[in-house]
Parts: sequence; C-alpha cells; structure tokens
Amino acid sequence: MTLALFRIDERLLHGQVIVGWGMRLGIDYYVVVDDDLAESDWEKDLYSAGLQDRRSAEFVSVAQAVEQFGELDARRGRGALLTRGTAEMRCLAEAGVLLDRRVNLGGLHASEGRRRVLTYVYLTPEEEDDLKAIHGACIGVTARDLPAGREVGLKDLIDVLE
Amino acid sequence: MSEVMGVVVAHGNLACCLVEATESISGVEGALQPISNAGCSPELLVARIRDAIGLRPALLFVDLASGSCAHAARLAGREGAGVPVVSGVNLPMLLDFVFHRDMEVSELSLRLVEKAHAGTVAYLPDLSS
Repeated sequence: MTLALFRIDERLLHGQVIVGWGMRLGIDYYVVVDDDLAESDWEKDLYSAGLQDRRSAEFVSVAQAVEQFGELDARRGRGALLTRGTAEMRCLAEAGVLLDRRVNLGGLHASEGRRRVLTYVYLTPEEEDDLKAIHGACIGVTARDLPAGREVGLKDLIDVLE
Repeated sequence: MSEVMGVVVAHGNLACCLVEATESISGVEGALQPISNAGCSPELLVARIRDAIGLRPALLFVDLASGSCAHAARLAGREGAGVPVVSGVNLPMLLDFVFHRDMEVSELSLRLVEKAHAGTVAYLPDLSS
C-alpha cells in the first residue's frame, strides 16, 4: 500500500496538496483520477507544472484507476490519489478498491446549489449522498484541508446540513 | 493604443497587499486589479479573472507558477485573443509594469520577468573584516 492519501479536492494539484500534504507525507507521485483530464494533454501539463524534484503525476480515467489500482498502489515511493469531485471517488469506493482506506475531503468551494459546511467544504445534496456511499465503502471520510488542521468526521459534516 | 490592465491573482490577501503597496510607492492608481483565490471554486476564480480582463489588453500576474491561481489564470488567459500569464509576481515587477503599460503586452511580459529576477538578490554577510 503505497497510496498514502486519497483526497477529494476540486483544485487537484495545487499548493495545499503539493506543499501542505506532499511535503508532510513525503509524496513521490500523484495519481489524478479524472475522465476529462485523462484526455487533455494541455491540462495535464498545466496541472503538472508545479511538481519539482522528480515528483510525478499520472492522469487516469475512473475506469483505468479501477482496473490499474493494484499497480498504482504497488509502486516504489509514496503516492497520493486525487479526484476533483465526490462522484469519481464514489466510483472507486463502489468498485471495492478503498475498503481499507480513509478518504480526505479537502476542498469543495462555494457554487450554485451547494450549502456551506466548513470554510472549505460546500456540498450539494448529491455530493452528500456520494460521501455517505464512500463512507460506507471505506474506513471513513473526514474533512481536513491541511495536515495540521482539525479533522472533521462525516457525521459532523452532515449534522451541519440537517 | 490603450494601456495594458494588470490583474494580480494570488493566495489569501497577497494580491490586495501587492496592489496597495505598488500604488502607495508609485502613485499610479487603477492600473492593477487584485483577485484572491480565497473561498473560490476553480470555476468561480476563472469567472472573476475573465470579468477583470474584460475586452481590454491585459496581463495576468500570479504568485506561484502552478496551483489554483495559475491554473485559473491560464485557463482564463487562453480564451479569445489570449492573455499572457506571468508567475512569481513581486513588487519590482509591478512597479515596472505600472510605468510601461503602453508597451506591447508580450514584450512587456518578458521585460517584467527580467525585472523580477533583477529584484531578487542575496546579500551575504561580509565576514572578511
């Protein structure tokens, strides 16, 4: 098990992930699970631009991530798997690859139809359902923007909405 | 030819502080518009940058070469005729910008990168005496 972080963050590879989490956990490679990005060379370059010191990023579709999960999780070094939304992580959870993993909710910001839960977490009802499904198919879902931040359990997140 | 508008996109309060400092030192106001990424979804940040650019000749400044601000700026800057994005924004760069807004924007971008580099110097302690 070399994938040490499973994170939902609509900004994907950005400062908090590469510096905040990546430096703390010693992340060597990132796996970005996103159907659109897996097809866009321009955006792959855009998102990879901040990686330094031989760190790498690979962009795969949801189907590829499920199919190749064993290989992605058995690489040398330590990895982080990122999705930009809850739906992609739900697909991975329901495919059974996250059974012994914890999922980190790191950033879903304000937009139409979303309700505020934390300063960095806003959810639609559909995203709330996704998180419940993920929670039931892994060790648990918790929100935390940075390693030093307060970890908030899914139940507390849902309580805010109810 | 209309002057280039500068849009500074950065984390937290950085853009606002840089623009305020530039204005207070140069006395030139209205040449730069700050945008923070705080609390913004990627889509919202792109929309804010797009609105700030409008239809004018513009130049986008970002703090880090990658990350949410750079991603949004490069996505917004890719639209239409295209707007250059300059990363590593600092005060020397912005101070030069406000006095050279009549330059062609690509040429100005390259000039500002040189100014930013020139403004970064390590003064090591002289231990010889």
